[in-house]
Amino acid sequence: MNLLDPQGPVAAANSTILVDSVFIMLVIVVPTIFAILAFAFWFRASNPKARYQPDFVYSGRVEMVVWSIPALTVILLGGVAWIGSHQLDPAAPVPGTGSSMRIQAVSLDWKWLFIYPDQRIATVNTLTVPAGAELNFQLTSSSVMNTFFIPQLGSMIYTMNGMVTRLNLRADNEGKLQGISAHFSGDGFPDMMFDVNVISALAFPDWVASTAKSDVVLNEDSYKKLMQQGIERGRPTYRLEDPRLFDLIATQHIPPGPGPELMSDAGRPHSGGHDAR
Amino acid sequence: MLGKLDWSAIPFDQPIPLVAGAVVLVAILAVLIWVVVKGHLPYLWHEWITSVDHKRIGVMYILLASVMLLRGGSDAIMMRIQQAVAYQSQGYLPPEHYNQIFSAHGTIMIFFVAMPFVIGLMNLVVPLQLGVRDVAFPTLNSVGFWLTATGALLVNISLVVGEFARTGWLAFPPLSGLSYSPGVGVDYYAWSLQISGVGTLVAGINLVTTVLKLRTRGMNYLRMPMFCWTTLASNLLIVAAFPILTATLAMLLLDRYLGFHFFTNEAGGNVMMFMNLIWAWGHPEVYILVLPAFGIFSEVVSTFSGKALFGYRSMVLATMAICVVSFMVWLHHFFTMGAGPDVNAIFGIASMIIAIPTGVKIYNWLFTMYGGRIRFATPMLWSVGFMVTFIIGGLTGVLVAVPPADFMLHNSMFLVAHFHNVIIGGVLFGAFAGFEYWFPKAFGFRLDERWGKAAFWFTFTGFYVTFMPLYIAGMLGMTRRLQHYDVAAWRPWMIVAAVGMAVLTIGVICQIMQLVVSIRNREALRDRTGDPWDGRSLEWATSSPPPVFNFAFNPDVRGEDAYWDMKIHARQQSFEHEEPEYQDIEMPRNSPTGFVCAFFASIMGFALIWHIWWMVILGGIGAFATFVVFAWRDHDEYVIPAAEVAHIDRVNLEERRSLVSMAGAV
Repeated sequence: MNLLDPQGPVAAANSTILVDSVFIMLVIVVPTIFAILAFAFWFRASNPKARYQPDFVYSGRVEMVVWSIPALTVILLGGVAWIGSHQLDPAAPVPGTGSSMRIQAVSLDWKWLFIYPDQRIATVNTLTVPAGAELNFQLTSSSVMNTFFIPQLGSMIYTMNGMVTRLNLRADNEGKLQGISAHFSGDGFPDMMFDVNVISALAFPDWVASTAKSDVVLNEDSYKKLMQQGIERGRPTYRLEDPRLFDLIATQHIPPGPGPELMSDAGRPHSGGHDAR
Repeated sequence: MLGKLDWSAIPFDQPIPLVAGAVVLVAILAVLIWVVVKGHLPYLWHEWITSVDHKRIGVMYILLASVMLLRGGSDAIMMRIQQAVAYQSQGYLPPEHYNQIFSAHGTIMIFFVAMPFVIGLMNLVVPLQLGVRDVAFPTLNSVGFWLTATGALLVNISLVVGEFARTGWLAFPPLSGLSYSPGVGVDYYAWSLQISGVGTLVAGINLVTTVLKLRTRGMNYLRMPMFCWTTLASNLLIVAAFPILTATLAMLLLDRYLGFHFFTNEAGGNVMMFMNLIWAWGHPEVYILVLPAFGIFSEVVSTFSGKALFGYRSMVLATMAICVVSFMVWLHHFFTMGAGPDVNAIFGIASMIIAIPTGVKIYNWLFTMYGGRIRFATPMLWSVGFMVTFIIGGLTGVLVAVPPADFMLHNSMFLVAHFHNVIIGGVLFGAFAGFEYWFPKAFGFRLDERWGKAAFWFTFTGFYVTFMPLYIAGMLGMTRRLQHYDVAAWRPWMIVAAVGMAVLTIGVICQIMQLVVSIRNREALRDRTGDPWDGRSLEWATSSPPPVFNFAFNPDVRGEDAYWDMKIHARQQSFEHEEPEYQDIEMPRNSPTGFVCAFFASIMGFALIWHIWWMVILGGIGAFATFVVFAWRDHDEYVIPAAEVAHIDRVNLEERRSLVSMAGAV
């Protein structure tokens, strides 16, 4: 999950900006730290060679320089930020080979549901994508906020109930990656990690075909069971009954997922928290 | 009768909070019994609890912050141990407990450690630096302190009665809404912050008024010490920002108590609104904390370099620039919410702009040292340690202000490392520097230097060993608030961080030892002149500890570094040895208003949390009646006769004259 080992163009561009910004700043930070230590050491009271200049308390030239150095650095970095924000906007297209893939992700308490509307399939806690294709993610949440993040593919984005956020990514190399939720969402939060399988574009249709054979169907009813609070240790796959399921969730036609079920008089919920273990 | 409260609120099945709570309870009872048996109660009541003296209130703020630092620090130790052991296992803390701990840690460290520490130092020092006898509203000052203490009390009660929030320190909805957090945890969180928030707001109003209206003769704005300027900036931010927090939490409470839909998923509630509002307070809040710390470093670096602050006017400009710009950057806390490139870029660049005045401050401290004669007493060590550490925190801060970089680092352990880097390296180092620097002023004796230096080096090293690994873990994709994890690459860094935590703990123990040793050797460490560090501003112009009226005569200020000028003046012309003509001094009477009001506020807060409505009404009426009684008071001042003023002042004047003539002879 190393951010400096990107597996797609978005992550590569993000981490380049990250590293470049650090180096731009190090150019002034390192000499400044060195100067602090050097001045502090040289002007120690016990050093007879240091000249005491109690009246050196203002210098227009020094002020000019100390305002300019950070200002120039910020102008440079501001340019990086402006251009970077536009080029790497999570919603901006990321051209890839072949046709782009539509994937709809829903954060549940406490698992990830990935819906492939065009392939009529859905998976939980595993995301399988073809290498090289543009991945158009639409994201929402069944209940509380989460953040969808695959560190080695790049940009993260929030998921929120009743709203759809967009993110475009591309995975360049076949292999296994890991994704996480990067926004705390309750007791089962640590178990919201998911596998990302990047397989070749040629193998992808086979994977779709085998998944579509699943005898478990995802429809409104099975979705409502899935959205109960709890952790999913397995990696279930589904045949998708209604390709508009995501829209029903995002528009709240299916109401938000419930919280913990029972509550004692003391106000400490009895279930929910314990399921998380 | 008791609302939601019954025996199941006490976590008999969870040994850790129960034992911790029992230990704290026994300790408190032991102290109380000792106080009563030894007959210290009347002294405590008359001299401290009801005191409206800004110095005493300042000391009590710092005491509260120190006690809560131990509580928040224990939470930190538990978290670092959990993350060190919870690799492919559940560790020793179940999620519902771990989640309370990190929520409590954040809440306590910001609201009940950092805030009271800096407000305490401002209270203690600012009226002295301005050359005045008290703050603008002395009784209100006491009310502010006791309401802050009420908030801290409620947070600690949640340890044994019920639970604390399991939502993180900012309690984002919808997780913090009634559907997903049906317990009392979020209510404990919200009501303690509402009550202590009132306390903070009145402290802010009080200090702003003090700086604007109560300066001694000749103390115009551009002669004020830097710490007064940063106090002004910080408290202006309090006055502007804390009402936003109060309103936001009020809306959250309306959602939870009365079925409103400000931030719920249903019925048009909007969680993004909460994000915007809470950070519109939250970002100024970090400058509320760090600006006073900048002020402390300015005083310390200048004093121990034996020079006036370099580029004073530039520093004033930088301070006020930070004050204004800090209100325009809140969105950088959620670049990843999908706002679009223009919005993200503008807020990213606005955030970087704050780095300009901050960088200027660093360079001006640097040039204050240049040509100085630097004495490395403990406060100066903290200051140099701060300068080095804060630059690194600033670098990572500007980095996460670049939106594409933030898309990778948001909410990660890198971010956790960043804000600890600036809050420990900036605010806490500043608080410790101020503590060491002004302790002799408050208590009349210095702190032991050996233990102080040991505390610095352990804390400094411990900080780097704890938080540098977290930067690396963040670069390895680790997000925050994980109760357990399965990624092998993160493990070693969590173990190193736990070792660092142990070093930090030794630092805290050294700090406690320093206090113990210094109290024991207080006669040897006694500060008789009131000016132990060869200081430059007016707080050093009076005795240590200062008399209740601070100055027998309000000093006449003729330039920057007022006391330094007086000393030079006195050396050149020698003190006029004739006895000054003392006059009667009027001082505000002590008042139990603050304590009584907070007592009722505590009852009301607790009752609100547990839905005990009759008790809410009782507490509310009690708190209101306290104010009414205070408003109808007949006598609010008493007179210290000139003879007594003369008696108190003469002793110190003699010491000071001998100091100046000695220095003059050298």
